[in-house]
Amino acid sequence: MAKRLQIEPRIDDYPGWYPLLITIGAVLTAVILSGIIFALIGGAPLKALSFFYKATFGSWATFSDTLVKATPLILVGLACTVAFRMKLWNIGAEGQFYIGAWFASLAPIVLLPEGTPKIVVIGLMLVLGLFGGALYGFIPGYLKARFQVNEIITTLMLNYVAIQWNNYWIFDRWSDGGFQMTKTFARTAWLPRLADYAREIKAFSGITLHLGVVFGLVAAVIIWWLLNRSQWGYEIKLTGDNPEAARYAGINISRNIILVMMLSGALAGLAGMVEISGVVHRLQEQISPGYGFTGIIVAWLAKLRPGMVIIASILFGALIIAGREIQPAGLSQMLQGFILFAIISSDVLLRYKISFTEPQEAAV
Amino acid sequence: MNWIIIFHAGIATGTVLLFATIGEILTERAGILNLGVEGMMLMGAMAGFSVSLSTGNPWLGLMAALAAGGLLSLAHGLVTIHFQADQVVSGLSLTFLGTGLALVLGDSLSGKQVTTIAPIDLPILSDIPFVGDVFFADHSPLVYVGYLLVPLVWYFLNRTRPGMHLRAIGEKPQAADVMGINVYRLRYFYVFVGGCLAGLAGGIISLSVSPGWYSAQTTSGQGWIAVGLVIFAQWNPLRAAVGSYLFGSLRRFLLDLQGPATLLGFTNPLYVNANLGFFLQMLPYLLIILALVIGSRQAKRKRLGAPAALGLPFIRGTKG
Repeated sequence: MAKRLQIEPRIDDYPGWYPLLITIGAVLTAVILSGIIFALIGGAPLKALSFFYKATFGSWATFSDTLVKATPLILVGLACTVAFRMKLWNIGAEGQFYIGAWFASLAPIVLLPEGTPKIVVIGLMLVLGLFGGALYGFIPGYLKARFQVNEIITTLMLNYVAIQWNNYWIFDRWSDGGFQMTKTFARTAWLPRLADYAREIKAFSGITLHLGVVFGLVAAVIIWWLLNRSQWGYEIKLTGDNPEAARYAGINISRNIILVMMLSGALAGLAGMVEISGVVHRLQEQISPGYGFTGIIVAWLAKLRPGMVIIASILFGALIIAGREIQPAGLSQMLQGFILFAIISSDVLLRYKISFTEPQEAAV
Repeated sequence: MNWIIIFHAGIATGTVLLFATIGEILTERAGILNLGVEGMMLMGAMAGFSVSLSTGNPWLGLMAALAAGGLLSLAHGLVTIHFQADQVVSGLSLTFLGTGLALVLGDSLSGKQVTTIAPIDLPILSDIPFVGDVFFADHSPLVYVGYLLVPLVWYFLNRTRPGMHLRAIGEKPQAADVMGINVYRLRYFYVFVGGCLAGLAGGIISLSVSPGWYSAQTTSGQGWIAVGLVIFAQWNPLRAAVGSYLFGSLRRFLLDLQGPATLLGFTNPLYVNANLGFFLQMLPYLLIILALVIGSRQAKRKRLGAPAALGLPFIRGTKG
């Protein structure tokens, strides 16, 4: 007799390793699906996979490149994590990233004279990056809290605005001799890199990993503490899960909307600062290959847990590195789409129990 | 500056927004938020262009665009309706997936030329001065289809029984369920319809309004603008038409502002420094935000607003 598929809500607890297993399964499914499509258009998926490994984890130098790409993703992933915990859909990390980078650029370009000590320049850039992002997160937060304006649309529209703002400055006021970029920052505005110490330690030569990764890790610890150990984190989570209960508990939701959007924006802005100070060393076009959007997937893949954001960021940093060189260009974006879809679909396995049972005679 | 050209172009590009917006209105009225419009549009644009390229028939291309958008939307339907996943996240993944798929599958299409849908004049109507030139002359046939679609959808929503069922599953799915309406099936259907219209909108771009395949630049964020217009339109197809055409015209107007050396007798700063145009390009997006602020204040006053069950999964046998 044929067995029958049965789906019922899960009442029993699943073992601790079960969600991880499902997440890995979902990612593998997404990779296989993308591979099939890649093969259909005439690509060689297995070759691409081995290339992917070599280009990302193959040596210390390439692994360092992967970590460099993972660094802004950690910060943006944390930005999304904070907002999403409250079910605030900040899709504007990309714009906050650009504004953070713009504000940080003020320090070496406008505010500080040449010859200012490194620690002052970097310190001011850090503060300005955080401030710029927070300011840009404040706008949609305020509109949401005050006028109930949908934050998905406002944050998204502000992305376009931020990129045009950035364009104006690099094309016009800060343009370096007509090129669409500022002049290279003075050395004092560069985050220290391991390669800078190659003279003392031979192994560091050519290693591009910079101090920004430490910012990312510290931010992850702070956000973890904030979300899981502080009262404010509890308020955020309660508001996200059950706004009605939060209101009865006397939580000031409007204030928290604004604060969370500002914190989220600040983290994304810091990512922008880290990228221009640690990697690009100037403000220019396309300083982000879509970090703001990939951060959304990172946060979701990490199931909104700061520690997991780090691991997911490394995976996606690798994807960005490999995606730069694998044609066609949309491949890594497609893979990202499949991964996100697989992750949210696989959640159903956590909420429901699916089993095959012998069909039972219906009681008449 | 020629107002006829500005509004004429506004109607043409507004038609793209119109189809996508109306599709999203139908989906959201059924209680499902689908943020994947941009992805579905790009898939539609790619599929339409690709089929027109291989068959030489742009109308077959449009059919393919429709089907591509519809098929992609079913993924959103499955995940949100049956798996009860978060609609926001699912919609975002649909945008990633649609964009990525379209870029991968359309990789070989860049720079190719296809048979496009030729613009036509409507007899008699196009002879009316100004109005005829703006609305009824030298437009893609799809523009005229758009004129018909708006009142039809309005009538369907507000005056027919299936339209009432549609509103019921978006406002009070539990009550609709008790009435014997199959909420799951109807929600799938309207997600699909919304996807078809978004795909069609994409096809209209690549085959008619600004023909060609320019990878992600083909849609360049218009799907997101459509999502914004739905809120501006307060889920009403008539307001969606006004919003879409106005928004289209505005974009053209801003573009044309940079042309003349003098404006109203003054030196045109945009002519002197083209880089100021970056600020002009911010305006449409800022205006969408402004429209939402005004719209949400109005909604609060008149108690108009989103369908009550928008974004909430329906689980049979639970109280909503």
